[in-house]
Amino acid sequence: MLEVEKPVLTGSHFMNGDNACAEGALAAGCRFFAGYPITPATEVTERMSERLPLVGGVYIQMEDEIASMIAILGASWAGKRSMTATSGPGFSLMMENMGLGIMIETPCVLVNVQRGGPSTGLPTLVGQGDMMQARWGSHGPYEIIALCPSSPQEMFDLTIKAFNLSEEFRTPVLVMADEVVGHMSEKVVIPSPEKIKIHPRLKTKEKPEKYLPFKPNKNLVPPMANAGEGYHIHITGLTHDEKGYPVINAKTQQKLVKRLLDKIRLNRDKIIILEEDNVEGADVVVVSYGISARTAVLPIQQARKEGTKVGLLRLVTVWPFPEERIKALAKKVKAIVVPELNQGQISLVVERCAAGNAKVISVPHMGGETHDPKEILAAIKQAVKK
Amino acid sequence: MTEEQIALNHPMDAYLREDRIPHIWCSGCGLGTCLNTFLHALVKSKIDMKKTSIVSGIGCTGRVAGYVKLDSFHTTHGRPIPFATGLKLANPKLKVIVFSGDGDLISIGGNHFIHAARRNVDLTVICVNNFTYGMTGGQGGPTTPITARSATTPFGNFEFPFNLAYLAAGSGAVYVARWTMLDVRRLENSILHALNKKGFTFVEIISPCPTLYGRMNKLGNGLKMIKDYQKNTIINHKVDLKDAALGMDGKIVVGNFVDIQRPTFTEVLYDHIAKPQPNKKEDIPKEERKKIEHHA
Amino acid sequence: MTKCWRKPLDTAVTEAPRGKIHIIKERCKGCSFCVEFCPKKVLELSSHYNAKGYNLPEVKNPEACIACDLCTIICPDFAIYCEVEKKKPTTGKKLKQTKKNVRS
Repeated sequence: MLEVEKPVLTGSHFMNGDNACAEGALAAGCRFFAGYPITPATEVTERMSERLPLVGGVYIQMEDEIASMIAILGASWAGKRSMTATSGPGFSLMMENMGLGIMIETPCVLVNVQRGGPSTGLPTLVGQGDMMQARWGSHGPYEIIALCPSSPQEMFDLTIKAFNLSEEFRTPVLVMADEVVGHMSEKVVIPSPEKIKIHPRLKTKEKPEKYLPFKPNKNLVPPMANAGEGYHIHITGLTHDEKGYPVINAKTQQKLVKRLLDKIRLNRDKIIILEEDNVEGADVVVVSYGISARTAVLPIQQARKEGTKVGLLRLVTVWPFPEERIKALAKKVKAIVVPELNQGQISLVVERCAAGNAKVISVPHMGGETHDPKEILAAIKQAVKK
Repeated sequence: MTEEQIALNHPMDAYLREDRIPHIWCSGCGLGTCLNTFLHALVKSKIDMKKTSIVSGIGCTGRVAGYVKLDSFHTTHGRPIPFATGLKLANPKLKVIVFSGDGDLISIGGNHFIHAARRNVDLTVICVNNFTYGMTGGQGGPTTPITARSATTPFGNFEFPFNLAYLAAGSGAVYVARWTMLDVRRLENSILHALNKKGFTFVEIISPCPTLYGRMNKLGNGLKMIKDYQKNTIINHKVDLKDAALGMDGKIVVGNFVDIQRPTFTEVLYDHIAKPQPNKKEDIPKEERKKIEHHA
Repeated sequence: MTKCWRKPLDTAVTEAPRGKIHIIKERCKGCSFCVEFCPKKVLELSSHYNAKGYNLPEVKNPEACIACDLCTIICPDFAIYCEVEKKKPTTGKKLKQTKKNVRS
C-alpha cells in the first residue's frame, strides 16, 4: 500500500462542494470509495480516484451504482470506512442495497448531489427532489439518517459527521447535497487532524464462541466484528435473530425491525442538528434545507426590514425529522414557510407536524435553478397577511 | 443397521453451522454434494479459515453461505460479486469465495460477473448451474437450454442460453472449469486449484434440480438425472469453448478449460500508480516508490 | 469400448485399506447417491425409514469397503461418512519385500 500524501489537507482552501466532500471523507478516515460517474457528483469520484490511492486507500469505479453501493458494504465489513457518491438516477439504483445496508447494519456513507428529475432530467442543474426517496425509496419499513449541507464548508464538515453517525449507529448515512452546493466554490477550512473528531467503530469485546452479531447494547446498536477476525459471523438480508441466522416469522420480524427503527427514533436527540435564527418570538418561520435555506436568507432580511418577525430554521438533519421541534414551533407561530426545489416534499412532513396549529405555506420550485428570492418573500408576506 | 454404524456427527461438521443442518435442499438435489465437495477442497487447501469469507446471493444456492462456518454473507439477489469485490479490495489479506447459482450470478448479476472477470479481482467464483430458478418455483432463465420446459416457458424455451464457461473465459477469467456434481474428485481438484490461484477463478458445477427442472422436463429423479450425467459427460480440457454449450441433448463437455496468468486488480493498481506520472506536477520520489508492496 | 485395467504388481503383498461406514440417520433424505455410486457396492437401500420417512441406506457388504470416501463426499446431506479402520501395520519384513518386488 502506498502512503505518500497527507489524508488531511489542513489549511484554507478555495474548492467546490464536491471536492470538499471528498476531502471530508478522507479526513474522516474513509479508505474505500466505489463509484460511477454521474453529473453533478462526478467531482467527488474524480477527487477520490486521485487522492485515495496515495493515502493508502482503494478507489474503484464499478460497473454501475448498484455495484458501487454494495461494494462499499463489503468494504465496510472488511473494516474500512467506505463511501459512494451519486445523483438521482444512480440514487434510484442504490436503493436496493441501501436497504441491505440498513438490514445488516453496515456503517457507510452515501452522498447524493441532487439534480432535477424525474429520470435523466436535468443532469447539470439543481433539484431537491430526492428527499422523500431518501426516506421511503428502499422497500419495507426503515429509518434513515440524512444530512443536508448548505455550503462547501458544510460538505466537508457534514461528510465527517455522516461517517461518525454511521459508525455510532451502524447504519448507512446519507449526505443529501444538491448541484449548487456541489459545484459552488468557496473557502473551505480544513482543521488539523487532531482537531477532527472521529467516532471509532463499535467493536465487540466478546469471545468468538459467545458473540452474537445482532445483540444490541443499551443504545440498541449491536457491537460489530469485521470479516477475518475469527468470529465466523453470518450476515443475511433475510429477517434474522441475534445470531444472524434467518428466522422467517412474525415474531422475529417484529423484534428486529422494531429495533432497527427504534435505534434511530429513540436516539434522535443525539442525531438531529438544527440551525435556528431568530425563531423565538417570530410570527413566521422559514423551514428549509440545503441551498434553498441559503436562498431564503435574503428574503428573510428583506421581510425583517419591512417589519415582519421572521425566523429561519435550517434542517441540517432532515431525517430523522425534528418532529417535536416543529410541533412546538407550530403552536407559537402563525405560519411556517417551506421553500424547496421540488413540488413539496418536506413541506408535507411539516404540515403533518404542524397539525393545523400553524398555517404551512409550501414554496415549490421545479428545479433547474434556485428560487427567486422574491418568491420566498411573497410567501412570507402572504403568511403574515392572513 | 448395527449400533456402531449409527453416528451423530460428521467429520465435516467442524466446517458447518451444525445448528442449521439439515439444510433446506430437496432430496435428490445436487447442491449438498457441491457444498460437500467444496468443503473437502477448502480443508485440503489449508487456507486459514479465520481469514476466509464466503459470499452468496439469493436462491437455493444462495443458502450455501448460511451453512458454512466461515465469515459468511448472504447478500441481495445478483450482488455477491460486487460485495465480494469490496470485501477483497478493502482487506486484501482475506480469501474471498463467491458461491451462488446461475440465475443469481449470470442473469441479474451478469453485469457484475463479466466486470469482475475483466478486472481480474482476486475472487474464487463457484456457480452451481441447475438451468432454472429453484427457490421461486422453476422458472426459465438465461441458462435454461433451448426447448426446455419451465414454469415460465410452458411452450418450451425459445431463447438461446449463455454458455457460462465461454462467457467467463471471454470476460477474462484466469481459470475456468466445468464439472458435473457427480465428478466429485475432479471437481474437488478444480476447486482446490481455483482456491490456490490468484485472480478471478471460475468453476461451473452442473447440478440436478429434480423437483422442478427435472420434473417439468421428465428427466426423472435426482439419481436418474446424475446417472444421465455419467452417460453424457465428455471430458475435453482443450475444447474450443464455443463448442461447449449445453443443450437439451444432454451432452455435457467438462474439463479444466482455461488456466492462464494475468495480474490481479490490486497488483495492477499499485504497480500503475507507483510509476512516475509525467502529467503530474511532481513524480513520486524513488524512496516512496520502494514502499509499495504487492498484495498476495 | 472395453476398459482394461492394469493389475498392480503388489496386490499379492499389500492390503487395501478397510473402511467402516457411519450413518447419521436423521440427516438422510434417501437420495441413494451413496448406494448407487459406491464402487464396491457396499451399501443397499434398506426398508428402514427415518423420522421424516426417507429410506435409509444400509451396509450390506462391510467387508468390501476400501475406505475410498466416495460416499462421504457425494452425500448431499452430510449423513454418511467412512472411517479408515485401524489395522495392524504390515510387518517391516513384508514391507521391504514389497518394495524389492516392485523395484526389480
